[in-house]
Amino acid sequence: MIILVRVEFLGPIQKEALELDINDLSELATVLQDDSEMTQWLQNCAVAVNDTLVSSLDAPLKDGDKVSLLPPVCGG
Amino acid sequence: MLKLYDGALPVSVILKEWYEEELESNYGAYIPFVGTVRSEDGIDGLSFDIYEPILESWFKAWQEKAKAKGAVIKMAHSRGDVMLHESSYIASVFSPKRRVALEFIDEFVEDFKASAPIWKYDLKDGKRIYALDRSTAIEGHGILGEKS
Repeated sequence: MIILVRVEFLGPIQKEALELDINDLSELATVLQDDSEMTQWLQNCAVAVNDTLVSSLDAPLKDGDKVSLLPPVCGG
Repeated sequence: MLKLYDGALPVSVILKEWYEEELESNYGAYIPFVGTVRSEDGIDGLSFDIYEPILESWFKAWQEKAKAKGAVIKMAHSRGDVMLHESSYIASVFSPKRRVALEFIDEFVEDFKASAPIWKYDLKDGKRIYALDRSTAIEGHGILGEKS
């Protein structure tokens, strides 16, 4: 079964959203680590699944999930 | 109460509105913090992107913390461009006594700076430049950089 997960890049990351067939965040890490556009962002981005921040790569993903990458913030 | 505005905040309108909303609520203290864009490093202004779904859940958690202390928190922030000497941010705490409000506004603004999903850009020479050096990585950052 194909699982489609939407990956969104927020704020200053100039990158179009991706639709990926991935089962968990580890697979997303592998995809993004091969993407030269993302090199400067992977160490400093936080990650949210369906708008809830997550702290490990173990979280499983299901069809229709949304993953967001949040670069360093500075409100005010 | 969380309000987002396109461009600069109408500060005096917001402060007056909040003051009047809580006038009969028996709070002894109303402590607003207003963030204003100042002239620095040749900028013409600042610009902001906001990710609203997570900002809303972050703010809701702070509303619950305020409620547990018998206080109320209100916040307004700008989206888009805010020029010099205009304001982009207001946070206000109402509480029965001043000590709670003073401590709460400090904790709230610190966490706002570290966690609220808002991105700041300098407006300079017609360009919009991400203020990375003044930004803070959100707690838990970097997991996608881990080698599996």
